[in-house]
Amino acid sequence: MNETTSHTRLLRLATAGSVDDGKSTLVGRLLYDSKSVLADQLEAIEFASRARGSQNADLALLTDGLRAEREQGITIDVAYRYFATPRRRFILADTPGHVQYTRNMVTGASTAQLAIVLVDARKGIVEQTRRHIAVAALLRVPHVVLAVNKMDLVEFSLQRFHEIVEEFTVVADSLGVTSHTAIPLSALNGDNVVTASENMPWYHGPTLLSHLEEVEVGDDLSTQPGRFPVQSSFSPSARPDWAASRCFGFGLPGTYVAGQVAAGTFSVGQTVTVMPHGTRTVIEAIDQLGGDATDAVAGQSVTIHLFDTAAAERGDLIAAVNDTPHVGEEIVATVCHLSERPLRPGQAVLMKYASKTLEARVEQLIDQLDLATTHREGQPQQLVVNDIATVRLRTAQPVAVDSYRKNRITGSFILIDPGDGQTLTAGMVESVSTVQKEPS
Amino acid sequence: MSRILSYMDILEAESVHIMREVAGEFERPVLLFSGGKDSAVMLHLARKAFAPATVPFPVMHVDTGHNFAEVLEFRDRVVAELGLRLYVADVQSYIDDGRLAERPDGTRNPLQTQPLLDAIAEHRFDAVFGGGRRDEEKARAKERIYSMRDEFGQWDPRNQRPELWNLYNGRHAPGGHVRVFPLSNWTELDVWNYIKRENVALPSIYFSHKREVFKRNGMWLAPGDWGQPQRDEAVEMRTVRYRTVGDMSCTGAVESEAATLAEVIAEIAASRITERGSSRADDKLSEAAMEDRKREGYF
Repeated sequence: MNETTSHTRLLRLATAGSVDDGKSTLVGRLLYDSKSVLADQLEAIEFASRARGSQNADLALLTDGLRAEREQGITIDVAYRYFATPRRRFILADTPGHVQYTRNMVTGASTAQLAIVLVDARKGIVEQTRRHIAVAALLRVPHVVLAVNKMDLVEFSLQRFHEIVEEFTVVADSLGVTSHTAIPLSALNGDNVVTASENMPWYHGPTLLSHLEEVEVGDDLSTQPGRFPVQSSFSPSARPDWAASRCFGFGLPGTYVAGQVAAGTFSVGQTVTVMPHGTRTVIEAIDQLGGDATDAVAGQSVTIHLFDTAAAERGDLIAAVNDTPHVGEEIVATVCHLSERPLRPGQAVLMKYASKTLEARVEQLIDQLDLATTHREGQPQQLVVNDIATVRLRTAQPVAVDSYRKNRITGSFILIDPGDGQTLTAGMVESVSTVQKEPS
Repeated sequence: MSRILSYMDILEAESVHIMREVAGEFERPVLLFSGGKDSAVMLHLARKAFAPATVPFPVMHVDTGHNFAEVLEFRDRVVAELGLRLYVADVQSYIDDGRLAERPDGTRNPLQTQPLLDAIAEHRFDAVFGGGRRDEEKARAKERIYSMRDEFGQWDPRNQRPELWNLYNGRHAPGGHVRVFPLSNWTELDVWNYIKRENVALPSIYFSHKREVFKRNGMWLAPGDWGQPQRDEAVEMRTVRYRTVGDMSCTGAVESEAATLAEVIAEIAASRITERGSSRADDKLSEAAMEDRKREGYF
């Protein structure tokens, strides 16, 4: 790796599967074979493996970082791993597979551009696999890789691989996974992980690593309608120290807003709409962390100089005029409940979305997703940890949000317990509407 | 027209977003600044995040009393240049008045926790920025970007808040605080590539120099006020540099000819040893050494 990596693209991926499927071994193998494991780390796991009576270095120990995980031999929490090849940089969220850790997989998948769902070739698509595919689909992870592991235990059978792929394709299509690939491999021996397997001459596709290096995940947000959540805003009059600064026109009248572009491209001279008020203003200048720029694209943290004074404040959303988000107080959303404390109708919560936090109330639990059958079924009394459901929320003020289908950043939110600040629920907006006033 | 950012621009934008969220939601943030490379990068990011205004929070150094002179000089120069307010949590004064006892091995890293927690409580800091990265160590790999600490500063790895999308929940119990790690997704090499790209100033000890050192537990330590070699430990003049900057008693030098940023980056890219493995004695204690210290309130 050298300086050219600073121009390399980044891929964020999540893995799902249980320890029985060899997930930690697969991740360990990816790190080991891509030479991302260094000598002292290897020495440490060899030592620990011997202490556990194992002959070979147990690659799973590379990722199971917490004492309880090593003791129980399972992955409990999301672990983030970093590796790189000359072609790409990877941030891997290694998530646990058991049903009681669904929330951890949801967490890992929320930022992933690609999900690896691992199955044991002997068992094929099991209930857990359906759940993992459902979570990836729900979180709208753009690309799913089915890693059919332990091919060595089914004699590297082409027929067995085809059976599993056929079943996977049916499930993935029914759940709305639009882009997917299946790869036969053996993580234990390294077949098709980094190097092509000699045991499966019938497979002509890429190895897992070369697929990760090459796959286009099709999530380019820079061409989407512009979205800019305002993290902070200042007027020059409020900051006398800025008035003296010649940097980036600071000192001129107007409003300076700092934030990260969530989608689209904003350009100097462009008219924009400040949501939820719907007022319009013009972009006077853009500063890309110290450099004057003519535009700002999705992903960049910038400061934007707006023409009007007091044009926007923290929590507002600046949007392209021709395609603004919907505004309302009533939100229908799919949620994954994260807390041991249940969620019930009528409950008062705080809702945080983009850079805004406000009071809200759970109005109704509409239906619940059965992850085994992937059907949505009627009206639960309450949501407990790991439940996935459709809910209706009412916010204290009108909010400007997108559907999650349209934008994963401006369409997502969390619900917070106003009492102790716990994160209760993760939400994905389906629709927003204004509350119909009763005629008086 | 489609434009895709380089991974380094993505990391920078993410860190700036995190810092701005903290500034927007907390009353009294503070940035831990040791003078080391990660904290130098943190301060650089904070300057960019809030420019042209000044960095809107003070910095704090947990001073073990076993400092490299070059690092203290760097710390004070940077603080003066940027007009920052510096708080020092002073381990030495705790030892002097008996609140903490010197350990037999002379190592003071484990002693940092109490002065740090006291300073957080005294100044009522509610968010504490640290330069920790998930690639450093296995227990850190599971840490959130916003890491909740109770009133005893303790980290409970079994009870961490889920952290989804880029939505950070900074609500915390009275008396508790949040540790914030904007560099979570950076690797050691990312930090160095960024230092080079942004021309971030560093203390001189990161670059190759001649120094008197002696070998203890497989590490090259430099004698100083903290301690001297024992009878069987021969002092030698070596060409070395430091990969991390910490307490002199447990921060080892690595033999290196790398005198420029480009040479340092080339050396790290070729290294087969992690930075903690090469230069930190305190993590070698047990398989779960870092997890245990973090539970107690350490960074």
